[in-house]
Amino acid sequence: MTGAVTVDLYRLAHARAGDKGNRLNIALVCRDPAFYPAIAAQITAEAVAEHFAARRPRRVVRYDLPKLCAFNFVLDDVLEGGVNASLGLDGHGKALSFFLLTTKVTVDRTLLESAGLAKQLNTKGG
Amino acid sequence: MEQLVRIGCGAGFAGDRADSAGPLIGELARHRGPRFLIFETLAERTLALCQLEARRDPARGYSPALDRMLPGAIGPALAAGLRIVGNFGGANPRAAARRVAVLAREAGFPNARIATVEGDDLLEAFTPAELAARETDGALLRTGPQIVAANVYLGAEAIAQALDGGADVVVTGRVADPSLALGPLVHAHGWRWDDWSRLAAGTLAGHLLECGAQVTGGYFADPGVKDVLGMADIGYPIAEVAASGALVITKPPATGGLVDRRTVTEQILYEVHDPAAYLTPDVVLDVTGVELSEDGPDRIRVTGARGHARPDTLKATVFVESGVLGEAEISYAGPNALARAQLAADAVRERVARRFPDLLLRIDTIGVTSTYGSLSPPLPDDLWMPEVRLRFAAEHSEREAVACLVEEVEALYCAGPAGGAGVRRHLSSRLASASCLIERARVMPRVSFLGEGS
Repeated sequence: MTGAVTVDLYRLAHARAGDKGNRLNIALVCRDPAFYPAIAAQITAEAVAEHFAARRPRRVVRYDLPKLCAFNFVLDDVLEGGVNASLGLDGHGKALSFFLLTTKVTVDRTLLESAGLAKQLNTKGG
Repeated sequence: MEQLVRIGCGAGFAGDRADSAGPLIGELARHRGPRFLIFETLAERTLALCQLEARRDPARGYSPALDRMLPGAIGPALAAGLRIVGNFGGANPRAAARRVAVLAREAGFPNARIATVEGDDLLEAFTPAELAARETDGALLRTGPQIVAANVYLGAEAIAQALDGGADVVVTGRVADPSLALGPLVHAHGWRWDDWSRLAAGTLAGHLLECGAQVTGGYFADPGVKDVLGMADIGYPIAEVAASGALVITKPPATGGLVDRRTVTEQILYEVHDPAAYLTPDVVLDVTGVELSEDGPDRIRVTGARGHARPDTLKATVFVESGVLGEAEISYAGPNALARAQLAADAVRERVARRFPDLLLRIDTIGVTSTYGSLSPPLPDDLWMPEVRLRFAAEHSEREAVACLVEEVEALYCAGPAGGAGVRRHLSSRLASASCLIERARVMPRVSFLGEGS
């Protein structure tokens, strides 16, 4: 890949988390349809399980929604028991959407430029 | 021209903004045809707290949102010809209905017809053992805990029946959130209860509405990346639904927020697991074929929802007593703040462990580890922080053990490291939850009208 750069997933996508008991789901939405293939190839269920390894996910499933340029990740048993059992402040796991967005992705710089994100990349780092 | 049904949603949870319905009522008043205002105010835990309140006072136990949201909305809504559907009922829909009647009378509508939907409370007909036998994903109920609440998610049928019967306001207890919108749609469009594709479209409309502003720019803004104008005055959502199931999501003009592909996409997947099988009491919704298109400013057209036959079982949530949660915080600021905070944490840990060695204690540094917990990167030894706020938390079946923790944190004022400041402490009763699957034959939703033979 010529001119490959490694950036936070945050540069390519936005996300929203939801919970049911001890199960977390994170909707991951591409900021630009051009990012869909790179995210599909790199942000696999295995990669997300690795990123969340400290919470010992029992299972991670990725559902693909190409018509919405989005993915839905479902992570089992990562909420420290869920909102009614966790001793943490964020028992819902609501802030974990942004944790997913700290996963690293490697893309060609021209892809970011075509989506108008290269400047942002330069000014805010990766 | 094809008749559109318009549904505005004034609340996505009990703590939502109390004045959100105003602009919705103003906009819906400009249109004709069937128009509804819905309120979702009953998170799982909210209902359990309602149940505890109903035990203390049989005249209460409905959602605290009722008295926050309806007094300002009910008069203008009824004057505009809107009908209201809300799960304000909590653990006591009849008490809620009586309260709604008072508010309606005070607003000049003494003859408003108020219906209740009941039948979600499983404590009426199920023993603890029967519930335990139906638990999924765990065995909490087999340990014989004290059950606080057990409610099954009812569907849209009873809501539609209440509207068919002429209700101006429908007050429910636990129903599936999307059913708050599907009930009005089935009533107004006359859809059949096995018309899975239309029920799917209506359920998707309800799913997009049920969290209020979460589809109109709420819970979305990220400055410089996803900018949202008018955060202080976000417009709450309106769904326009045709008899075919064609659906547009929009919001009142001259309000803040935005409706675009991004806001709608985030909400389509909110709290969804398998996008091909979102289970509700009314239909199994499949959103994998959904497509979005712009239909004007702050208008998104949603097409492609598919539906499959509804499940044979209904989901129920059971809450049980689960000990006491204690939380306490203290601040250290200025030179060497982090070292003093760590010294405080060690001292509390040591003293609590002497008296209650089995007390599971969690200590977080707010601003560093408190949100991500185990996912946080390790603290560098030379980290300099201008101020540090420590948070202690523990849970135990005995109140005394948890009280010991919060008292030890307070004692840091005089006996801890130098400069401890700003202690806050809090004890609260904990509730644990379990899920059950209940056979439909054992669940009988009931509709009744306030003051009319029931």
